[in-house]
Amino acid sequence: MTAKRSPGRQVLLQGNEAIVEGALAAGCRFFAGYPITPATEISEVMSYRLPAVDGTFIQMEDEIASLGAVIGASLAGSKSMTATSGPGFSLMQENLGFACIAEVPCVVVNVMRGGPSTGLPTNVSQGDVMQSRWGTHGDHPIIVLAASTTQDCFSLTVRAFNLSEKYRTPVILLADEVVAHTREKIYLPHPEEMEVIDRIRPNMPPDWYIPYEDNSRGVPPMSPFGEGYRYHVTGLVHDVRGFPTQRSEEIVGFMNRLFRKINQNFFDIQQINEEMTEDAEVIVIAYGSVSRSARRAVREARERGIKAGLVQLISLWPFPRQAVEPILRQVRAVLVPELNMGQMSREIKRVNQGQTRIETLNRIDGGLIGPSEILTRLLRM
Amino acid sequence: MAEATKLIHKYLRHDKKFPHVWCPGCGNGILLGSLIRGIDRTGIEKDDIVIVSGIGCSGRLSVYVDFNTLHTTHGRALTFATGIKLANPKLNVIVIMGDGDATAIGGNHFIHAARRNLDLTAIVVNNNIYGMTGGQYSPTTPYGAMAATALYGNIEHAFSIAELAVMAGAGMVSRGTVYHAAMLDDLIEKAILRRGFAVVEVMSHCHIQYGRRNQMGDAVEMLRLQKEAAVRAEKAAQMPAEEMMGRYTIGVLADRELPVYTEEYEKVRKSAKEMMQLVGKAESGDLKAADKRRKREAAGEADNAEI
Repeated sequence: MTAKRSPGRQVLLQGNEAIVEGALAAGCRFFAGYPITPATEISEVMSYRLPAVDGTFIQMEDEIASLGAVIGASLAGSKSMTATSGPGFSLMQENLGFACIAEVPCVVVNVMRGGPSTGLPTNVSQGDVMQSRWGTHGDHPIIVLAASTTQDCFSLTVRAFNLSEKYRTPVILLADEVVAHTREKIYLPHPEEMEVIDRIRPNMPPDWYIPYEDNSRGVPPMSPFGEGYRYHVTGLVHDVRGFPTQRSEEIVGFMNRLFRKINQNFFDIQQINEEMTEDAEVIVIAYGSVSRSARRAVREARERGIKAGLVQLISLWPFPRQAVEPILRQVRAVLVPELNMGQMSREIKRVNQGQTRIETLNRIDGGLIGPSEILTRLLRM
Repeated sequence: MAEATKLIHKYLRHDKKFPHVWCPGCGNGILLGSLIRGIDRTGIEKDDIVIVSGIGCSGRLSVYVDFNTLHTTHGRALTFATGIKLANPKLNVIVIMGDGDATAIGGNHFIHAARRNLDLTAIVVNNNIYGMTGGQYSPTTPYGAMAATALYGNIEHAFSIAELAVMAGAGMVSRGTVYHAAMLDDLIEKAILRRGFAVVEVMSHCHIQYGRRNQMGDAVEMLRLQKEAAVRAEKAAQMPAEEMMGRYTIGVLADRELPVYTEEYEKVRKSAKEMMQLVGKAESGDLKAADKRRKREAAGEADNAEI
């Protein structure tokens, strides 16, 4: 390697800016978006940075168009991304389903704000957790990550692109208003010291290429348009050649592979962060900005002699069941603080099967759950 | 005939099970013929062409032709095409839409694609009805016509697709009919070769869902109606307005040299690079170097890829 290895840099960035840096470092060269609070800074910085690295930024007429353009660019070979918030994320659900069924890698950032509808545009929320899992119609697997710090905004954007390219699937990165607008010092690694994954391209002669053929990974190699592999991409359920099908065995084979490619790689996708859980009797399960409050609360509880621990969920979907389940069995009680009426706690209760006491702490007034609120609850548990 | 067979073998997919989904007598078959003749005349390689289609009867066209093909969501074909063209400007992107597809659910995308004057070819097949879903009225169903959702007569007024495109800023706009097939070949060829957003509105017929409800006869009869209603643009300019009532012009309706989006964006890239030098964002160079390295590695990796 002849390139000079300069180390990374310490910089002061806002979460939204860190997302842009992460995307660029992961190789993102196409961004289409529509202005929306509190995600707009991502568009603004992209419009300024992308053209300088021969990438393309375009402001589309709405969020439906934004994700459409992102999928098109990905099919033409560019790593592509869009960023939005609740109302825009609702509009994107249609094309998100297309990216799932046609297996087009792309990253969608949703900086969550209060909903439903126009809701609380400038306030923090975690109300889109279930929408990110089930927003588009039809049965489909999806990968969702949740960022809690500015550093996360960088590293999880890189990871979102890597997972998306590896498994040919859209990946949703959930940030929230607090994470997106918190300005703090982060470490930006040099491009040479990062792992960046690119989609596998076909290497067989074009005549042999079967674009949706199964293999051991469940992820077929993907050719960009214009390189001799002329094939069909559709939002209809298709056979291995990409052509629409109504045959039962082809439909079942296709849908099974779609799920299998995520399920069989579950342990690669699953990501949680445990703190002081080894001897914990009560734990807090949190994600996003709330997990920072939870971390402080757990530390303070420890100082007061309570055996508290923290489980921070980083991959939300598929739900990191294998990692969370043993901890649920080990503790006396669990607290799930979140900025919604209880979306993730619902999933945790489902996994828990009624075995451990699970308490919820919900806030929906547009404010963040602070450490003291969590600590107060921990002291009573 | 031998010529036609050659084109069929060259441009239709061998591995796709025919017959197609269209009803006997449908105008989409004629359009498909014109499309491949038009493309053949441009001499552009199949690998360099992307056909993007929306949802509806016309949307099924993409599956039959041997190009890079993309069958998108309803109304959104132009947005996907925008991404493809911007990511790889060398590709010739041709978008096939229906009237409902392009001007109802996709109306917003249509006017904005025209406004940007991105180098795309947009073919809008206008049969005045939603055919695939069973004959509901569309934005181009004439006032008073019968439709499955207008059993008492349509009370909405129709769009003129071509004029909409002219007003929205498309570089080239033309209108043809499936009756005037030779002319349609020509219009499609011109539209593909034209730099900028080129729209071809194709007047077609749906004798099953539209003609039957409105006593317009079979496919042949409806083709005859196209012949009667269509007036060449040059001739229409000489005709008094009252004679043009209930008729439409065909031919090239607008052909303007307007700035093309991808060329404009090159200027943006140049400015951005100058700006980065000015503010000393050295990492831009690092990112490009990393890109190049990965591309090199990908070329090597593909040989060892587990497939």
